[in-house]
Amino acid sequence: MNTNDKTIEKIAKAIIWSAALFVLVILTAIIAYILAKGLPILNWGFLTQIPRNMGRSGGISSTIVGTLMVTAVALVIAIPFGIGTAFYLAEYTKESWATRLMRFSAESLAGIPSIVYGLFGFIFFVISLNMKWSVLSGGLTLSFMILPTIIRTSEEAIRSVPTTYREVSFSLGATKWQTISKAVFPSALRGITNGVILSIGRCIAETAAVILTAGTALKMPTSIFSPTRTMAVHFYILAREGISMENAYGTAALLIILIFLINVVANAAVNRLMEKGR
Amino acid sequence: MDNPVQNYKLKTVGINLYYGDFHALRDISMEILECSITAIIGPSGCGKSSLLRTFNRMNDLIPNARIEGEAYIGNQPIYGSDSDAVQIRKKIGMVFQKPNLFPTSIYNNIAIGPKSQGIKNKGDLDGIVEKSLRQVALFDDLKDRLSEPGLSLSSEQQQRLCIARALAIEPEAILMDESCSALDPVSTLMIEDLMKKLAENYAIIIVTHNMEQAVRVSDMAAFMMIGDDRAGMLVEYSNTEDMFSNPKDERTEGYITGRFG
Ligand SMILES: Nc1ncnc2c1ncn2[C@@H]1O[C@H](COP(=O)(O)OP(=O)(O)OP(=O)(O)O)[C@@H](O)[C@H]1O
Ligand SMILES: [Mg+2]
Repeated sequence: MNTNDKTIEKIAKAIIWSAALFVLVILTAIIAYILAKGLPILNWGFLTQIPRNMGRSGGISSTIVGTLMVTAVALVIAIPFGIGTAFYLAEYTKESWATRLMRFSAESLAGIPSIVYGLFGFIFFVISLNMKWSVLSGGLTLSFMILPTIIRTSEEAIRSVPTTYREVSFSLGATKWQTISKAVFPSALRGITNGVILSIGRCIAETAAVILTAGTALKMPTSIFSPTRTMAVHFYILAREGISMENAYGTAALLIILIFLINVVANAAVNRLMEKGR
Repeated sequence: MDNPVQNYKLKTVGINLYYGDFHALRDISMEILECSITAIIGPSGCGKSSLLRTFNRMNDLIPNARIEGEAYIGNQPIYGSDSDAVQIRKKIGMVFQKPNLFPTSIYNNIAIGPKSQGIKNKGDLDGIVEKSLRQVALFDDLKDRLSEPGLSLSSEQQQRLCIARALAIEPEAILMDESCSALDPVSTLMIEDLMKKLAENYAIIIVTHNMEQAVRVSDMAAFMMIGDDRAGMLVEYSNTEDMFSNPKDERTEGYITGRFG
């Protein structure tokens, strides 16, 4: 390397390094700011009480439950259909116009703004199917929204499983299903889980799509047919209508903690599963 | 070509294999002796792997592959309308070029085959794992480490484990496609010893580019070549000693002397 190359090398290194540092600082600053503002609000009462007075006082318990219920409905639908479609695309079919169409739709759907899903859910589930503003309408809408992500990440994970695993499995006299469930799925599991975690995060953080489909009711939801307000929507309304900045920060802090916890728990669960699979 | 084998375990009769329009194997008929090692040799691309894979119907997995002719394991047709690829593969173990263990424990790597055949009882599985590991002389080394990842072993041990995995399905024959080519010379000799031992009980077919290896381990040798029409064909098939000391076909002679020379 001549001196000129060395200088370029140094400059490149400095640029890349500072870019990474910059991003790290910004991200930490945002999270630290919200936690600093929000954590003091978080106490047992805030977590366990129903919002009172539009959310000015009381806690956010019903919005926590609403968030978890809507997300659960979305996952119960999107995970089996998404992973099933991914396996179909990756393992059960040859490339054809049909698979290309499916993949193209999934890719396009992934890029659509969530408000469009909200509008669709509002017209289709809330009005046409008369499901009203409800956990179910919200969950179904979110399941449509995350389906493309789950399909894409799962298909990618399945395709990146080495072909030799399939060959070995077949050579041992395994059927196609045994090969997929015993040889391919375990190796794709981590990638699939990453897509699911990403999707859970999007469900929990979503506002536009759920405000139009699950509603903004502050009552504790009692079934999937109850209307509800999710934490993200609550946060949005509190902040936007200037109801209570403190409680908005408290809600946001809990959102961050929740997403963090889900990441940790899901990864730990996968690790446990992998350990057990050994 | 006269057929040197009397008591065969595997047999092909007029096999033609096509990948789409490409004719990969032309009219291959050969019989593989029980309890012996048969080496398939020949230049790259002449269809050795393709031929090996016709015995356990692995070519079925290639979307546009088409096969004509028939093959047998014992008296059972491999391609006949009653035969089922999954059932055939349970009778034939396969070892690949590179060690290709699953990213799981030593135990599970071996148990995966028997499990897919419906063996669930832990005691039965333990027995199979022990027996298979003993067959490849790994049990004493590994018996206390069965829950460790298979990928933590040396590549020679990994390839042994791959052989044990194939043996665990209690096959009647074993196919090995260049199974030593990723190993160092010492490991290669160790695997060759293992092959010879296994040949006391199994019909083994190996594909190899290593002429010395063919001479060292095989009882029978088949020389394949790419024909004028680009299709792979069987040129000469005989006792290994005869083929290497006194090849009948000048193309065989050219190939083996070229390699030795
Ligand atoms: N899946 C496939 N699709 C199309 N053509 C194939 C496929 N597999 C092999 N072929 C072709 O068939 C011919 C024989 O291939 P094969 O792998 O059987 O040769 P080989 O003798 O094992 O070669 P090598 O010594 O390099 O392993 C080659 O021309 C190869 O390109
Ligand atoms: Mg080959």
